[in-house]
Amino acid sequence: MSPREPTRPEIVAGEIAVQGVSKSYGAIQFRKEVVRDCSFVIERAKLTVMIGPSGCGKSTAIRLLAGFEAPTAGTVTLDGHPIVAPDRDRLVLFQETALFPWMTTWDNILYGPRARGELTAETLSHAEFLLQKVGLQDFRDKYPGQLSGGMQRRAELARAMVNNPKVMILDEPFRGLDAMTKELMWEYYARLFEENRRTNFFVTTDIDEAVFLADRLLVMSNIPTQVRAVIEVDLPRPRRLADLVESDRANEIKKQALSILHAEAMRSFSRGSKAAADFVEAYLKRARRA
Amino acid sequence: MTGTSLRRLFASPVFWRGVASIVAFLVLWELGARSRQWMAPEFYAPFKELLVAMGFKKDYLPWIGAVPAPSAVLKSWLAVIGQAGYWQSWYMSFFRVMAGFVSAMLIGIPFGLALAVSRSAHGIGFPVFEVLRPIPPLAWVPASIIFWPTQELAISFVTFLGAFYTIVINVLGGARSIDMRYFQAAQSMGASRLDIFRRIILPGTLPSIVVGSAVGMGITWEVVVAAEMISGGGSQIGGTSGGGLGFFIWNSYVGGSYEQIVVGMISIGVAGYVSSELLRWLGYYVTPWLRVR
Repeated sequence: MSPREPTRPEIVAGEIAVQGVSKSYGAIQFRKEVVRDCSFVIERAKLTVMIGPSGCGKSTAIRLLAGFEAPTAGTVTLDGHPIVAPDRDRLVLFQETALFPWMTTWDNILYGPRARGELTAETLSHAEFLLQKVGLQDFRDKYPGQLSGGMQRRAELARAMVNNPKVMILDEPFRGLDAMTKELMWEYYARLFEENRRTNFFVTTDIDEAVFLADRLLVMSNIPTQVRAVIEVDLPRPRRLADLVESDRANEIKKQALSILHAEAMRSFSRGSKAAADFVEAYLKRARRA
Repeated sequence: MTGTSLRRLFASPVFWRGVASIVAFLVLWELGARSRQWMAPEFYAPFKELLVAMGFKKDYLPWIGAVPAPSAVLKSWLAVIGQAGYWQSWYMSFFRVMAGFVSAMLIGIPFGLALAVSRSAHGIGFPVFEVLRPIPPLAWVPASIIFWPTQELAISFVTFLGAFYTIVINVLGGARSIDMRYFQAAQSMGASRLDIFRRIILPGTLPSIVVGSAVGMGITWEVVVAAEMISGGGSQIGGTSGGGLGFFIWNSYVGGSYEQIVVGMISIGVAGYVSSELLRWLGYYVTPWLRVR
């Protein structure tokens, strides 16, 4: 534990409601509907994980929640207020690193407070606390190019959390890391969540990641995106990877989610999707093993 | 340079290969240039008619035999190195290059950034820029001698043009290629437009500014020499020897001092190299995140 208790801002968790949202792209005659009449709630102070086959419009959902784009129909609200533009109360962690290459780890973390002119003693103390939390105290003055992939992701987590957002939105943040680093990142991330209990929305295609992290699991359909099922992941916290491997409940949830994804894949397979063919094959292998 | 890195340099075969290459080049040049002293004219007898028909003199090796030897060049260099006029030429050319280059940076960087960030600035400025850009800087020499009150300004203006287009194009391209995610991240953290400009666009464009300046500097040296030759050396304050390195070469040619032509050429090479090194060092200094990969 750190010797002196750092000042930490009070966490205000938000709740996002998505109601009847549709999103289409392209000119009228080539219109492609990516999201159709989609409704779900990202509950307050919970970690909601969205899982679906790749290319199912999850990234579009992220852009809508972040406010980078507006829906074609329906509403997205945060605590009842419609989302119209990006704001510090909903921070996004992208698939690839978005750390500014020309700033050191420390300057990256302080970007938000500095930009808003809120660089107070409390903020600095909070940033210091987060830097240690993500284990980067020895890399404070390094540039992102000098950090490993896992370190970059952790620096980004700290950079987002120092702004004390109401909701954290994560778009497959650990994709592309090797398996060992990925597990390390899950534990870092789960610990950060368990200590802060902020509203988190996490998008992934990885079922193991989803079940380990989630309080609630949204299983999505193929394009156009809709919610197929909501599974409450009632596993005790704090969670450890080792416990989860042997947990029957965890395996049961995985099986349940996978069978829904399988049904989805079969549907798109019949429509000629090659990615779905891979999924069906992988699913059958896994089912035989279990 | 520390002792260890010097020792490592002397131990590396790459270094000695480079030295050997330069020495071999100088020796071949010296031999070729001295061919008229130690080769009997009879040696060429079989080709005599052919050489004469091609317009060569018949008492030395074609091409290389007409060039002054490196030893003669060195001697000529040692003769001029003490003269104020030679250094005046250096100073004049450097001054013009710097005047043109610095003004190209001062005008080109803001202009390029404006084109990149503002749609209306792009709409107004870019078409004119694109029409003027294909005109080679040297084509501007006569016009600028007429337009500008002094020759000095005319030459500096032409060198300015040489660097300006390259810098603007690089700044524009660099600012345009900054990753969208940086803007989205900054925006969601509550950054104002000014802050995004200052802390995202400016540093994000810096590597392209460095590259653009380096290329621009090279063009400036090409242009200044030609401009000096064409305009007759600019201001005549320093006498005939004070017209810059380009004029130094031209003057040596007119005066028939072939060794001095080569002295002038090498001087420009050295000057260009020194300015590029200076820029490289500056670029290295302002983009610390690129040197740590």
